[in-house]
Amino acid sequence: MKDVPGRFGIFGGQYVPETVMNALAELEKEFNTAVADEKFMEEYRYYLREYAGRPTPLYFAENLTKKLCGARIYLKREDLNHTGAHKINNVLGQVLLAKRMGKRRVIAETGAGQHGVATATAAAMFGMECEIFMGKEDVRRQALNVFRMKLLGARVNSVDEGTGTLKDAVNEAIRHWVAHVDDTFYVMGSVVGPHPYPTMVRDFQRVIGDETRAQIMEKTGRLPDYIIACVGGGSNSMGIFYPFYEDKSVKLVGVEAGGMGLDSGRHAAKLTRGSIGVLHGMKTYVLQDDEGQIMPVYSISAGLDYPGAGPEHAFFKETGRAEYVYATDEEAVNAFITLTKTEGIIPALESAHAVAYAMKLAPKLSEEDIIVVNLSGRGDKDVETIAGLMGVRL
Amino acid sequence: MNRIDERLYSLQKTGQKALITFITAGDPDPETTGELVVAMERAGADIVELGIPYSDPLADGPVIQRASARALKAGIKIARIMDIVRSVRKTSDIPLVYLVYYNSVFRYGPERFTGEARDAGVDGLIIPDLPVEERREMADIVSSRGMHLIPLVAPTSHERIKNIVEGAGGFVYCISTKGVTGVREEIETDIKAYMEEVSRYTALPRALGFGISGPDMAKKFRDYCEGVIVGSAIVRLIEQGKDRRRMLSDVCEFVSRIKEVL
Repeated sequence: MKDVPGRFGIFGGQYVPETVMNALAELEKEFNTAVADEKFMEEYRYYLREYAGRPTPLYFAENLTKKLCGARIYLKREDLNHTGAHKINNVLGQVLLAKRMGKRRVIAETGAGQHGVATATAAAMFGMECEIFMGKEDVRRQALNVFRMKLLGARVNSVDEGTGTLKDAVNEAIRHWVAHVDDTFYVMGSVVGPHPYPTMVRDFQRVIGDETRAQIMEKTGRLPDYIIACVGGGSNSMGIFYPFYEDKSVKLVGVEAGGMGLDSGRHAAKLTRGSIGVLHGMKTYVLQDDEGQIMPVYSISAGLDYPGAGPEHAFFKETGRAEYVYATDEEAVNAFITLTKTEGIIPALESAHAVAYAMKLAPKLSEEDIIVVNLSGRGDKDVETIAGLMGVRL
Repeated sequence: MNRIDERLYSLQKTGQKALITFITAGDPDPETTGELVVAMERAGADIVELGIPYSDPLADGPVIQRASARALKAGIKIARIMDIVRSVRKTSDIPLVYLVYYNSVFRYGPERFTGEARDAGVDGLIIPDLPVEERREMADIVSSRGMHLIPLVAPTSHERIKNIVEGAGGFVYCISTKGVTGVREEIETDIKAYMEEVSRYTALPRALGFGISGPDMAKKFRDYCEGVIVGSAIVRLIEQGKDRRRMLSDVCEFVSRIKEVL
């Protein structure tokens, strides 16, 4: 599907300062050797199983299915992972790689705080020093996760510049990496950034899709008709999409953050409304103005609040392999409450975007059809936001 | 002959080192940017880098980040920056280089951006997030217009230097240290060994930048390279300047003190 390593069609690449180019080359080399090394992969699978709690169930959401009177809906329960989201899959892979490379120190950016928590968790277990970069605005709205990271022994740097969200946290993490490239491993949290990160993170997240395939075959004897996942940078979605790439009968749907609506200008729907540009080392779809200035983005969910999509998503969009749609804040909140009440599962606001689209789609399909929704994380971290919307003070 | 080559050649003949100064275009305002270029030339700058403000300047430290943000907030656009260059060119032949992040060029259109820059009187481009692996297309567009795409090397580059300098012109931008731009008290890199390593791969003039704080540091490194680049230290003076006249004279005085030791 691609000719040059690190390129997905015209997307991807390595648009970063020269200072880190040798480090990226070394990372690529180590990653390629590690994944070909059965011992490394066995260790990775060991931690996924014994520490993260994989495999996660593929749960038939019977009540939601009945309520919507349409396609059968299955939920891939990534929310049941240790630390509460899919992020740990990738973190375990990268931290094991850091260990293999003899690095003692890891850094990471975080939006909602899930990736930061996962990184701080793995660093605590493997005895590494850990520093997290988080936008000022996100520090404010995800105070609980900030405290969790600190409890785990990480240092949390609040990033004031720009919009004080995930984009700015990535900028600052990259700058820090440039200055400490010798002893520091940058644990990138999504399928974004310069090569080899988009490929590496996808390969550490594809376990979601690999398990889903086996589980749906076992439960229904066939592949699903739709796979729906939310897209911020796009790691949970690429993780579940990728193993189905060749199965053209499986429709892949990525759901972006529609915020207050696409015409309000307050959204994060780069694949739906963006244009091709370069951000954080990759060529991909971004939200930018006529002169390439990256535009402020918005979503009620901090994890989707990012102006670029992973380059492989850009490639999936361009080739038509996946379709990209959006759900607004309101639709996501509605889905959050519906899933909580019908199934007793409180989803992350990010994942609620995928649920929202499934709720729109399912009634249009027949009960023969199967939809898999990737429930990428749990919603404990968002309960305060929801309470605020309901006028409840906690 | 490109103005950069002309200037560096004549300096080399007389045993002088080049002083390359950086300011952010549009900070504090477009008129002052033009005046600063002319004033710095009078004070002894040999080449001036004009930074094109960008929303996400990955290679820059806080001082230049703030300058970019100020200029953007004041509404600076690429067309206006081209105007600044045209107006400088009416009275000055100082070599001018744009320091521009790749997305600004990509979005504007590489052909259009480079063509307009050349027509306005720009002699070269420095694109800090376009490593050799990604620069092929851009290199042809720039060189076909008689401009230079200035190559950047870092203390971590080592064997990569060979490819980076191949076919390049103007000078080699030698990043002094790991990290982003910004004034430093001290530079830990073994500059002598680093500059020798660069010269094993190229005869191009080597200009040392990132972290150069002023005359003392310039003096310390002058013998190891063909030029020094000073950015954040000047931008900081612009930021701190309360009164415009005073700020201009502070910048001139600072630039001339560096030039004296080169």
